[in-house]
Amino acid sequence: MSDNRFLAAFGALAVLVSAACGSAPAPERARKTVKVGIILTYSGAEASIGEAIDRGAELFLRVNKETLLPDIDIQVIKRDETGPSPDIARRLAQELLVREQVQILTGGQWTPNVAAIAPLVTEAGVPYVVMSSGTASTTRLSPNLVRVGFTQWQHSYHLGKWAAANGITRVTTLVSDYASGVDAEDAFTAGFTEGGGAVVSKIRAPLRSADYVPFLERIRREKPQALYAFNPGGPEATRFIKAYDDLGLADAGIRLIGPAAIVPDDELKNMGEAALGVISSGHYSAAADRPANAAFIRAWREAYGEASVPSVFAIGGWDGMAAIVEVIRQQNGDITLARSQEILKNWSNPESPRGPVEIDPATRDVVHNIYIRRVEKTGDGLRNVEFATIPAVKDPWKELHPDAGAS
Amino acid sequence: MRELLDLLVSLAFYGTAYGTVLYFLAVGLSVTLGLMRFINLAHGVFAMAGGYLTVTLMSRAEVPFLPSVAVAVVAVTAFGMLLERTLCRRFYSAPILDQVLFSIALIFMSIAIARYIYGPLAQPIELPAWLSGRISIGIGVFPAYRVFLIAIGLLLAVAIWFGIERSRFGASVRAAVDNRQMAESVGINVNRVFTICFGLGTGLAALGGSLGADLLPIHPAYPNDFLVYFLIVVAVAGMGNIGGAFAVALGFGIVDTIVRYYLPDLGRILMFLLVMAVLFRKPHGFAPRVHA
Amino acid sequence: MTKTRVLDAAVVVALVLYPLLLPGYLDLGTRMIVMALFAMSLDLLVGYCGLVTLGHAAFFGVGAYSAGILAIRASADPLTGLLAGGVAAAILGLLAGTVLLRSRRLTLIMLTLATVLIVQETANRMNWLTGGADGLQGIDMDPVLGRFAFDLFGRVGYVYAAAVLALGFLVFRAVVDSNFGKSLVGIRENEPRMRAIGAPVDTRLRIAFVMSAALAGIAGALQAQVTEFVSLNAVSVEFSGEILIMLILGGAGRRYGAFLGAPLYVFMQDYLAKEDPANWYLWIGAMLMAIVLFAPGGLTKWIGALVGRATHASPLPGRS
Repeated sequence: MSDNRFLAAFGALAVLVSAACGSAPAPERARKTVKVGIILTYSGAEASIGEAIDRGAELFLRVNKETLLPDIDIQVIKRDETGPSPDIARRLAQELLVREQVQILTGGQWTPNVAAIAPLVTEAGVPYVVMSSGTASTTRLSPNLVRVGFTQWQHSYHLGKWAAANGITRVTTLVSDYASGVDAEDAFTAGFTEGGGAVVSKIRAPLRSADYVPFLERIRREKPQALYAFNPGGPEATRFIKAYDDLGLADAGIRLIGPAAIVPDDELKNMGEAALGVISSGHYSAAADRPANAAFIRAWREAYGEASVPSVFAIGGWDGMAAIVEVIRQQNGDITLARSQEILKNWSNPESPRGPVEIDPATRDVVHNIYIRRVEKTGDGLRNVEFATIPAVKDPWKELHPDAGAS
Repeated sequence: MRELLDLLVSLAFYGTAYGTVLYFLAVGLSVTLGLMRFINLAHGVFAMAGGYLTVTLMSRAEVPFLPSVAVAVVAVTAFGMLLERTLCRRFYSAPILDQVLFSIALIFMSIAIARYIYGPLAQPIELPAWLSGRISIGIGVFPAYRVFLIAIGLLLAVAIWFGIERSRFGASVRAAVDNRQMAESVGINVNRVFTICFGLGTGLAALGGSLGADLLPIHPAYPNDFLVYFLIVVAVAGMGNIGGAFAVALGFGIVDTIVRYYLPDLGRILMFLLVMAVLFRKPHGFAPRVHA
Repeated sequence: MTKTRVLDAAVVVALVLYPLLLPGYLDLGTRMIVMALFAMSLDLLVGYCGLVTLGHAAFFGVGAYSAGILAIRASADPLTGLLAGGVAAAILGLLAGTVLLRSRRLTLIMLTLATVLIVQETANRMNWLTGGADGLQGIDMDPVLGRFAFDLFGRVGYVYAAAVLALGFLVFRAVVDSNFGKSLVGIRENEPRMRAIGAPVDTRLRIAFVMSAALAGIAGALQAQVTEFVSLNAVSVEFSGEILIMLILGGAGRRYGAFLGAPLYVFMQDYLAKEDPANWYLWIGAMLMAIVLFAPGGLTKWIGALVGRATHASPLPGRS
């Protein structure tokens, strides 16, 4: 039996660990510095969304930091939550709050991760700006939490209303079988049936379904007027659109409608002609015809290349960072929870690339326009072209469920 | 009645197309595993590499689809042979744990490298005009791309069957597998046979990755996402049952498609339970010869 | 035997020293402990029986969910929760073992993958019970032994986890050193021969499988209690792969492999994810590659060999 190996091993480990502790010396402060922690998914299968949010936030700082905050430094500390992993997210948040002493926390790509982090920001008394997380009830998780992203209900409930008002009466729904998919299905059904439409059947497909064909074959035979679909976006959205096209559902007269997630701006290139004519609802499209958006797109291309397209998630990052900078500016770098909450609750920007956006002080949730868009060919290739606007949309779920707690 | 028949035909067709892609991905693994007893969980890495190469050639150098696929397959085959010569060879007689750790390390590194070069988004593939749209093939009208996949799959299955069962090279492969020392003593260069086989396996994966890129999008997490499916094909077919892999892949594709059509909610769980049941009855799969 | 005792004592010393040396990193230390316990449970299967699985998170996850659900719906007593987690995982282990243990090697790997996917899918569908993709929220544990309440800094959590790990290690040690443990090694080294001499191979493997599952379930319950949260991630293929890596990194079947591999991996992951959030996978991969090429058999074997060469030329046994 060999021996001291275990001691030697632990010795080595102790050296490594202590090296890690020693490598974080406190920076000298000539100017005021505000520490902002950002927790997103930077690696793994879901990194594309995290990257989009991060780029939006970073671009805002690059473009506006010097004009808005010439005398204060912002130190952004990034952490990788690796995916929908609440335990990791919680540990990272704990570390950022306790050890790094961040004054503002942001990120919030995944609802489960936000749910795990929320009690910690409440306990630590730090404002938390959520840049995505589509679940309606998220804002009830902590009084310190403000959402500048969007909610699934804002997208799908109003798409349902729009569909019912525009001659669609029979719809089949096909959603990915996880919390957001179920949320989307409920929201669409509520809006659509309130408008007088009928949902023929509801299908839930397992997440990361290798092949959508069997589900679509079934829908082709049910012959609804339209198919409402939801999936988590990314490569999954492309796979879905291709299968929809392969089965000739469009030729069979079954239109495809859904929230922005099924036709992400940055995936349209991969989808090709198959996506033409898909109608979706969303709070932002890269093709939007607004001066603020034109400037945003110019800056984006300059920073990330001509071929890169900002998505609905990128705009969450941009506006989230805008709100954070505002919090720092108004307090001149001395962050307190009460003041920050006041500022965040009343934050608004009439000139966001997505159009007017504000926070509802009563719910701390985002209020913005919902646009109905159609995939069309433009000079820039395929784009989601907005053709109808539902102005100043509050989260419908909270209006329908004023008393329900966070679930 | 006619309605039902029509439905079954199209389910069978789509199941076959899905199964064919699985076959492309799995058959290479079946070769390396059956012949070299090398558990290469990183097999999907080579499929991903083939896909990325094809996409890059098409979008950056504007090479047409089929030549791009050909170049990608040759390049990945060469890379696979190089890897076999330098690294993989060491693991043939290593404990299974080292093989697993080696292949997981390979997966981790390739995911990170793919993300670094191409970013986290899936890469688009522009199919040529003759592969888009729908064509009539007698039993119905189906997407041209899937018809094409099935046709290539059939050709490949026949070619591999002839290559292994009927050719001289195939005979030396089978000899090397059955009894390495005996094969060496009759003058077969076993090391060379293994290198070629490994290259063949990786090349087949690259073929699947690039041909199937429109069905299974090429993105950094690719090697993980479909791992369980091609492992199922290889395990149910049984070690070294290269001919059987085709039947099993098609069977899995068709049954999976039918199960999901009728029971969309429980499809995945049921398929896994079915696979378990089959392997409970036949722990070594449908292999005619049992290798430990 | 005495040297083993020294090393066993070193484990305890390390557990005690860590919070004294690194009081600001207790949450990280607690995670290291939970992972070490989990890796140890896997070692029974992988290291001692020679059965490679990529689905061990199924048992960890079932343990975590059982403890979490019990805490929310019935009793928030930590020790009851640990017991519940262990029992639930053992039952699943008994069922799964019956099906899986007929296969070996690649087929076994695939079936264990399928097992974890089935459990994950089931947990996802039963979201009225498990919280689905949003995770199981609202766990609020009672104080340990009715006296020590969990705090934000994780002090009680660390001590509690360390105590559970120490107890787990006692059990693990007893199993491994017993005749039963030695017969498992016999099966690993030469299964046909063990069958030939009439050893009840299947029964023994099944018992080991259930034990391993129960221990994994306890690790899962521990994690649910100290983080007061359970997510679908606890029953994922990725997590199963990671725990296998931690074990092989340290050295499977080598008694202390879990104690070295799990903390090292958790530390590296934490450190690299901080330095390079987007590409840390590459560095972890490169580290694994280095281990498998230059230190096959894991770090404990490598260090053991180094130390052995440096001190005296006594022949090293291959494993054990």
